[in-house]
Amino acid sequence: MKILRAARMERCIGCYSCSLACARLLHDRLSWNTAGIRIRSAGGLTAGFEARLCLACDPAPCAEACPTGAMVQRKAGGVLFRRARCIRCGLCAEACPVDAIYLDVERNPYVCIHCGRCVPFCPHDCLEMRPAEEKAAGVAFPSEDAGGGHDV
Amino acid sequence: MTSEGTFRVLIVDLTARRGEVVRFGNRLESGGGSGLAAALYESYGLPEEAADHPQQPLIFAIGPLTGYFPLMSKVVCGFKSPYHDQYTESHAGGRLALAIRFAGYDAILLRGKAATPSCAVIGSRGLQVDDVHYLWGINSLMTGKLLRRIYPQHSGCRSILRIGPAGENGVTYACINVDTFRHFGRMGAGCVMGAKNVKAIAVHGDGDISLPGAKAYAQLFQEVHEKLTDTEMMRKYYDLGTAANLTVLNERSSLPWRNMQQTADPGVDGISGERFGDELLMRQTACAGCPVGCIHLGMLRERFADAHQFEYRQVSYDYEPIFAAGSMLGITVAGDVLSLLEEVERVGLDVMSTGVALAWATEALENGLVTEEQTRTPLAFGQVDGYRAAIRHLARAENDFYRLLGRGTLAAAREYGGEEFACVLGQEMAGYATGEVYFTAQSLGFRHSHLDTGGYTYDQLNQKQDVDEAIRFLVDDERGRCLLTSMVSCLFARGVYSSELLSSALASIGQEALAADVDGLAERVQRARWRLRFKTGFDPSTYDVPRRLRKITTWKGALDEAYLDKLRESYAREITALGKPG
Repeated sequence: MKILRAARMERCIGCYSCSLACARLLHDRLSWNTAGIRIRSAGGLTAGFEARLCLACDPAPCAEACPTGAMVQRKAGGVLFRRARCIRCGLCAEACPVDAIYLDVERNPYVCIHCGRCVPFCPHDCLEMRPAEEKAAGVAFPSEDAGGGHDV
Repeated sequence: MTSEGTFRVLIVDLTARRGEVVRFGNRLESGGGSGLAAALYESYGLPEEAADHPQQPLIFAIGPLTGYFPLMSKVVCGFKSPYHDQYTESHAGGRLALAIRFAGYDAILLRGKAATPSCAVIGSRGLQVDDVHYLWGINSLMTGKLLRRIYPQHSGCRSILRIGPAGENGVTYACINVDTFRHFGRMGAGCVMGAKNVKAIAVHGDGDISLPGAKAYAQLFQEVHEKLTDTEMMRKYYDLGTAANLTVLNERSSLPWRNMQQTADPGVDGISGERFGDELLMRQTACAGCPVGCIHLGMLRERFADAHQFEYRQVSYDYEPIFAAGSMLGITVAGDVLSLLEEVERVGLDVMSTGVALAWATEALENGLVTEEQTRTPLAFGQVDGYRAAIRHLARAENDFYRLLGRGTLAAAREYGGEEFACVLGQEMAGYATGEVYFTAQSLGFRHSHLDTGGYTYDQLNQKQDVDEAIRFLVDDERGRCLLTSMVSCLFARGVYSSELLSSALASIGQEALAADVDGLAERVQRARWRLRFKTGFDPSTYDVPRRLRKITTWKGALDEAYLDKLRESYAREITALGKPG
């Protein structure tokens, strides 16, 4: 199994194509927020962009916090989301240490499920699907190989 | 899907610090963008009153495809221009288009005047008009930083518009800065904001839109996205960017140099797209919803002490700004161009008008028409320090000379002399000395913009002189662009978004009726805009081409004045017919 990594965010141009693709293809929504990957500028556009998305934790704090089993631990890291079980308490978003879960106005959570459908929409190859085993084995991501930078 | 027949518009009454959401107009009639802005001005505008009348509206309109498809990323700003006191449009990107879409509006209209310098904060579930008197006088870049601190929420999904001192001080070509690197540049939208005491506008795109079962839409999106990213078609925009034009136009003797005293100069090597790309380009960025990434950011690195101590900033550049702050002022060092661009950015001026105005001022000073006491700084082609100081004087309207220059180059030339070398084509010229068709197009164009039509391309592709064919091209090309700016597309995508593709795109999001009538819409919008222009006082016979521009030589040879005048006569007739009431 694979996990999504925003491995080369230094290249990001802030087009939001990834967020829009996730919202459109997974959630039937036109949005840059109701998506598993969200783009933010840190301190204005001169500072470049960062991606907010699931780090594929195992164990996942959001799954541990979920009182109804809507967030279920995924084998490769991260979670599966069972919408029918969600009571919109928002505890998952509170538990996420990297603000990767977005709650819409009705407190529905949006979290990356590591499906990779956003990847081909990135014009600068900022995103990639990596084998989950590499994360477990602590294998470096490409940007780290090249001398550092954002790797989430 | 946006299937309702009317537009959802937020009307902000700045005087009362309150707003009202109205259902307005007819989607089939006006489409959106240019068409919607014109319809709103028709209803809310005061054509007989001056541009700075408090009740004049300042309109920001998006279109039916905004956010739904790649490069549908622009906003049309409609307003009565303080530059010529007539209706006009200016276009900008950044995040604003998507922010307005996700705030849930088709347009935002500001009217009235705030009692104190204010910031309008707009979102899907909020509206505030806050007092920000403490930001008045602060430059555009610092204002952006402070606003991010004042309003920390919604980072990343909002757009911040602001003006600099130029807009506060009534310079008629003050711009609105959009998200640091984009602008409603031309015709003085920033001056209108200043007259309304609006220092800034923050639009939070904090809502979203349901797309149930839109498989055909997702499929078409994918096809368009691939066309715009997988082909070479857009390479020129993200590679060297529009700055690549410097070398091309210089080779064709069509690049304005030193107030159009020359059309070519070997000094172009120092400010070419290749020079910027190889030595100063830091990275590209994009408007939200555009995977092309045409915004080029150069590194301005300046030593501020004897020791090795530097400050650096990122400054966006493009062909037009490099022409205006480079060749037109005889600047041949790329870093110096960035330095001037940054100064213009800080004070919130339109860079093209500023460069052309200062080029005229330089020649007026050389010829003794004005004195250094009036310019307050020595102005000489190629000397960056004087221009940097002059930009600040101009934005602050520091004396009678700069106050007049701030009303336009021709306004100053009429007072001091030198009209023959005031390079004005309706407004200060854009960087295309390509010949008769372009000069016709800009001097009489709806926005007096190089983007009204592809006149400069026509000049470069056509050697023969055929008045009827050229004018037919201008009229038809403008109509096609009216359709694009009603959707609202970036004009860089005009090679991809044919009217057939636009029609398919509209149908895919449930706008079948509009999809079936895109050609009709284009014609209605073109006529509506010209009607408004004439209604607000446009008289084509009062717009001339200055002697300096009539005497240029391009790669085609000396400009043919007789041909130029025939073109202008014919085009004036055509647009007058388009602007007839009814």
